[in-house]
Amino acid sequence: MRDVAVVSFAEAPSARARDDANEVEILLPVVDEAIKRSGIGRKEIDFTCSGSCDYLAGAPFAFVSGLDAVGAWPPIRESHVEMDGAWAMYEAWVRMQHGDVDTALVYGFGKSSLGDLPHVLTLQLDPYYVAPLWPDAIDTAALQARAWLEAGHDEREMAEVVARSRAAAASNSNAQLAGSPTVDELLAEPYLANPLRRHDCPPVSDGAAAVVLAAGDKAREVCERPAWIRGIDHRIEAPALGGRDLTVSASSRKAGEEAGVDGVDVAELHAPFSHQEPILRDALGLGDDVDVNPSGGALAANVMMAAGLVRIGEVAKRITDGTAGRGVAHATSGACLQQNLVCVMEGD
Amino acid sequence: MLEAPNILEYPYTRSTGPVIGRFMTELRDGPRLLGATLLDGRVAVPPTEYDPATGAAVDADAMVEVGPAGVVTTWSWVATPRPEHPLDHPFAWALVRLDGADTAMLHAVDGVAEGDMKTGLRVTARFAEERVGSIRDLACFVAEGS
Amino acid sequence: MSEPVTVIDTPMRLDYRFTPGRAQSRFLHGMGEGKLLGQRCPQCGSVYLPPRGSCAKCGVATDEEVELPDTGTVTTFCVVNVPFYGQKLKIPYVSATILIDGADIGLMHLIQECEASDVHMGMRVQAKWLPEGDRGPTMESIEYFRPTGEADAPTESYEEHV
Repeated sequence: MRDVAVVSFAEAPSARARDDANEVEILLPVVDEAIKRSGIGRKEIDFTCSGSCDYLAGAPFAFVSGLDAVGAWPPIRESHVEMDGAWAMYEAWVRMQHGDVDTALVYGFGKSSLGDLPHVLTLQLDPYYVAPLWPDAIDTAALQARAWLEAGHDEREMAEVVARSRAAAASNSNAQLAGSPTVDELLAEPYLANPLRRHDCPPVSDGAAAVVLAAGDKAREVCERPAWIRGIDHRIEAPALGGRDLTVSASSRKAGEEAGVDGVDVAELHAPFSHQEPILRDALGLGDDVDVNPSGGALAANVMMAAGLVRIGEVAKRITDGTAGRGVAHATSGACLQQNLVCVMEGD
Repeated sequence: MLEAPNILEYPYTRSTGPVIGRFMTELRDGPRLLGATLLDGRVAVPPTEYDPATGAAVDADAMVEVGPAGVVTTWSWVATPRPEHPLDHPFAWALVRLDGADTAMLHAVDGVAEGDMKTGLRVTARFAEERVGSIRDLACFVAEGS
Repeated sequence: MSEPVTVIDTPMRLDYRFTPGRAQSRFLHGMGEGKLLGQRCPQCGSVYLPPRGSCAKCGVATDEEVELPDTGTVTTFCVVNVPFYGQKLKIPYVSATILIDGADIGLMHLIQECEASDVHMGMRVQAKWLPEGDRGPTMESIEYFRPTGEADAPTESYEEHV
């Protein structure tokens, strides 16, 4: 395996609704910053890969305009996934294994504020048996939450995740929801979709994020302490919600085993719903000594199509600045943790 | 700043395969609910064209009748239904494992108050009066014996 | 007994808002004022109309606003013969890409006041604006473009932008 590292990370401050800017106007300064911080010239980037989803804005080929932020002239090597930017990074990493590409720009972006996001996500569900009933993304997450609660957990654990996430987000200037609610204050709130309360669900966020990857000597040349990708893997489960155990994340467990999660100091888990954090901790075998979601996680800011890439960036940043030695970043896609990517990074 | 409405609306139709087609046909005509027999003998409901574990094509002729009653394996509450939802008053979503099935299907449960909903509740299918060959021919589930 | 089910109906509708963002909002407001407002790239000097806030070649923000005349050259066009739902124009009609004088990318609009068969690459055209009171932040503030009657633009003036 060729050594590839994350050498820079940038993101826009997440916001409930960026009515003042379109996707390109949000993305451009983020790509600019990621490239500047990388120490690699814009025209030196060998490959560009992005993640976005047309259904966020309700416009076809929405991602093509994102290239206006990149400067795709003369023509560039470029690819796109209709997925979170974490999967765009996976493609870039795979592409770099060929040996002819030494640097890559990866980004994810979206303006979920333009639509009714939970309703839009209904279209991810089985088109014959489930989508025609129109259960939204909060409804399906709520089904998973109840199953998890009945497997021997309680709502207090969910509130603890929220309280910790909001407090951690206070030191993240790009997070959207920060504060210091107490567990009791949170539990006193009414249900949004029993057993989920509003704060158990992610905020709707507009934003963008980008990372730059570099291989071997190139990474060492531009970055004092690159965040080396030691393992990366992603797995998907069958779509039928009633056909799998919603209280565990078998695909995260498998991806974690393949990526090699042991010995991490820090973990950024893409858990848009509070009950999903303990499910993922368990799946990845993370002990109490691991610092989970110091950024505040997806409960503090959840830019669809970028939040997974942000988890990778947050771990990479902490390795590069010396706060952490080894970390794991996780990204998810689909209803109830259907598809999961795990990326383990380490400093020298 | 300018803003305009943007409505995405499509009259999609989807062709069924032999398994989903048979499920919809018998739901419309029976009405009865069918499951698919997988390679390991388990019965999957709703039935898929292919076995999720092996990828093998499911035999449309080897489908078995399930339900019409079953048990709630998990549930959630809808306090303010959307216009598209199967019911226009508060209701529960549930995963229901029909009698004879090994997997659960997602649908609505009507007539049970939020405080009375529970995992393990026995429910039975209520079919729509007019059926066209759609999952909505199954209008909802109701508490068994109600 | 009816035929077996082989197709199901799965209609969908999703309601969104569309927000054009800074650059396009400036352009649309300009249309309302009877002006064509583009943006210039500080790096390569390319002028974009409509502007997108960034230069597609350089990937940098295009903050400099440029007001352009409402005359230009047809660089390509198509004669539409197929009716579509909601159509207001009589068929055949011409949709064209017009390189407005001073711009580096073409603007799509309609060509009227001539036979469809008269439209050709290099044809000089000018905008027919709606009366002042009827204009708004929309491309439709220009009703269509019409031939000016001038001699064709020399090929060299637009061949790089075809």
